[in-house]
Amino acid sequence: MSQQKPQTVQTTGHVWDEDLQEYNNPLPSWWLMGFYATVVMSLIYWMIYPAWPVGKHFTTGFGTVTYVNDKGVEKSPHWSTRAQLMKDMNEAEKLQKPYFDKVAATSFEQISKDPELTSFVNSAGKAIFSDNCAPCHQSGGQGKVGYFPNLADDDWLYGGSHDKIQETIAKGRNGYMPAFKEVLSSEQLDNLAHYVASLSGEKADAARVRAGDALFHGDAAACYYCHDNSGKGRQVIGSANLTDKIWLWADVPAQDSAEDKVAAIRQVIANGLNRGVMPAWETRLKPEQIKLLTAYVHALGGGAK
Amino acid sequence: MFNFKHEWIEKNVGLMLIATMVAISIGGLVEIAPLFFIKETVEKVDGVRPYTPLESRGRDIYVREGCYLCHSQMIRPFRDEALRYGHYSLSAESRYDHPFQWGSKRTGPDLARVGMKYSNDWHVQHLIDPKSMVPPSVMPRYPWLLTTALDYSDVAERLKALRQVGVPYSLTQGEYDRNVKDFGADVARTLHIPDAQKNLIAQAQAGNFDGDRSNVSEMDALVAYLQVLGTMVDFSKYDNDEFVKFR
Repeated sequence: MSQQKPQTVQTTGHVWDEDLQEYNNPLPSWWLMGFYATVVMSLIYWMIYPAWPVGKHFTTGFGTVTYVNDKGVEKSPHWSTRAQLMKDMNEAEKLQKPYFDKVAATSFEQISKDPELTSFVNSAGKAIFSDNCAPCHQSGGQGKVGYFPNLADDDWLYGGSHDKIQETIAKGRNGYMPAFKEVLSSEQLDNLAHYVASLSGEKADAARVRAGDALFHGDAAACYYCHDNSGKGRQVIGSANLTDKIWLWADVPAQDSAEDKVAAIRQVIANGLNRGVMPAWETRLKPEQIKLLTAYVHALGGGAK
Repeated sequence: MFNFKHEWIEKNVGLMLIATMVAISIGGLVEIAPLFFIKETVEKVDGVRPYTPLESRGRDIYVREGCYLCHSQMIRPFRDEALRYGHYSLSAESRYDHPFQWGSKRTGPDLARVGMKYSNDWHVQHLIDPKSMVPPSVMPRYPWLLTTALDYSDVAERLKALRQVGVPYSLTQGEYDRNVKDFGADVARTLHIPDAQKNLIAQAQAGNFDGDRSNVSEMDALVAYLQVLGTMVDFSKYDNDEFVKFR
């Protein structure tokens, strides 16, 4: 500690409770200079940036931001966070543009053969997928049985070609199956469920399978109309392939007994589906982003020709 | 002559209290009051309308459950937010919000443009059990929304309250006609307070937000509200150069 210099300090002149006084120490000059500097700064700030309201408008300041708008026209309005954003986006777009242009100009087949483009598709695609697709289809595209289809396998409701995937992303999809409990008896629903189980090789009652077969291909239930005579579904309308072991709505593989597997199928036939809605992304994503995402989803593992 | 002495304030707590409040409120008034008069901060865009009765009740549930504690509804004009959430929020988009749902406290993502991003089915399952849809989520479960019937008996009164603070719900034929002019007949019908209950039920039936048409649940209302967030303005119709002028 340095020795305190003896000094005479004035008091404020107030006296409380007979003898309580207050020293009047002036502010240090460095502090005071700092304070005046902030006042000067605020004046400069007012002149550069939008600051004071004046009637129905406000002072916009002399500062400007230069950006290039969507139409390629350069603009220099007064400084604002919105103009600054346009400028920031310009910088990002400038860096990504060569790659997006190349993706847009290259066929899907060529993209997968170009290591540089593939690496761009994988990194940019992962970002877009995580933000937009992962909440439903999960982070690896593995989907969720009972809710959202797996994108990493080679089973596709609406088709797994590049074109079909692109169409699905851009336009969205609407899954629908009528509730057959409205038109079929409980017995008929049982028979159908047994038949559908048998299509993918699950254990089923032979007599019920025969009866269900007739219903499936007959006019009472007319399942063949959507799921095709073969039961393999029609990708044009997004009806499921019933002959494979992959299930979206009825969680057949998770059931232990043959009865429970049939019951899971019966439940879907009885109640139908008014779900399976995929939103349309063309209003949210740019065409080149959708193309890139298509390549990404196709490459998740199950892309078809 | 008036001889001001600082001692008066220092020795009088009541006076000091008033003087302190005056000093503080000057800052507030200078910053806030002009915003009520500056017309040029609210963008002129088409499509922004008051919430329908069902959406409005959904919004009440959103507020009741405290969704705003973790979710903001304000996309700021920053690059990372533009890339993740979409176009920055406009003042015009929350002009009928009372209270607004802006904020910067985000434990969960911003919801200003969550409308139509996911399916109703996703929202329902996600609200019942968020972790089942988004494994790393820390959002609590809201399973009672699906099983609780929506109380819409007082929906007309609620809309009347909003009308009091300036939201253009219509009570009279004159107000209805004005809404037809401002929003079009389809929207105007949903804003007519005498038909509020009827409109609420009709929208819940048609939208089938919770996957069950037999009743109107709180889930119906909340999902209807979430699905309209940020969808009212068609940004393809506007130049961003225009919005720049409003800040």
